[in-house]
Amino acid sequence: MKRHAAAIVAAAAAIAVVGLLGYGLSARGDDRSLDEAVARNERPPAPSSTLPVLGGTSTRSVADLRGQVVVLNFWASWCPPCETEAPLLVEAQRRLQRAGSGTVIGVTRDDATSDSLRKVSEWKINYPSLRDVDNVLAKKYGSKNVPETFVIDARGRVVAISRGEIDRGFLDNAVRTASR
Amino acid sequence: MRRAAAALALLAALLAPATAPAADASLVDIEDEVMCVSCEIPLNVAESAQADQQRDFIRARVARGQTKEQIKTALVAEYGREVLALPDGGGFGITAYAVPLALVVALGGGLALLLARWRRRGPAAATTAAEAPALSRTETRRLDEELARYER
Repeated sequence: MKRHAAAIVAAAAAIAVVGLLGYGLSARGDDRSLDEAVARNERPPAPSSTLPVLGGTSTRSVADLRGQVVVLNFWASWCPPCETEAPLLVEAQRRLQRAGSGTVIGVTRDDATSDSLRKVSEWKINYPSLRDVDNVLAKKYGSKNVPETFVIDARGRVVAISRGEIDRGFLDNAVRTASR
Repeated sequence: MRRAAAALALLAALLAPATAPAADASLVDIEDEVMCVSCEIPLNVAESAQADQQRDFIRARVARGQTKEQIKTALVAEYGREVLALPDGGGFGITAYAVPLALVVALGGGLALLLARWRRRGPAAATTAAEAPALSRTETRRLDEELARYER
């Protein structure tokens, strides 16, 4: 009887350790569910989190921007491709604001506030950015690197994803699709 | 009076190390306790633009005279909890401490059980040998003969 009890306890402990390892691995794995849905021509709901505004005291979330096209761009001051694509996003912001149809929102990650603010000034960024200190929003978008860009339609659905530096073709096409 | 002053000076010298302020923080001291958040490796072995910015962040605070704990708190505020090489004790991070502790406790418990079992078996075996029946006269004679033959 005692031997049975010891075996059960040992098996339970082994299962717990394996479960813990499995959880650890799955938590670190890439979440590509948004990409898969977009590839199927679906429009999955855009994840949202309330985050502090870079250089401000207020907070904002993607959900607050329902009714507008949103170009959500994850960036960091230390990332050269982020600098390369910044002029495209600045131009997109100008166009969206002029049309009154949407906005670009930056999300900084793995970056100190002072470094991000310096680059906002250097790169002449004309759109607001949020600070994702614990990568809360990044994890919801399966984002592990910068830059990554998600274009969201007025109904709060993801229509296009770029895991890497964007180009004019991607941005124009994605904004046009989101505006339809 | 002189003796009293000397005694006071000696006392002060003895107490000085205990009451001295914490040693100054340094980049080297902090680097191995934090992570390069974008490369996911310890900062002291990381080589990237982001790691360099993190080092500048630490150096600036060391220059301002901040303590190691103050600098680590500032790092968490700017880069998130993942900047700490050792997880904090909250949430899932507690498993980093609880699992090894549980394993040590389980192994210790198992070892204690085994030792207790061996101890119980030891005296029992001795008792069995002591309580073995005495040899009969024939058996004793036969044993002696066998031993004598063996010795030849």
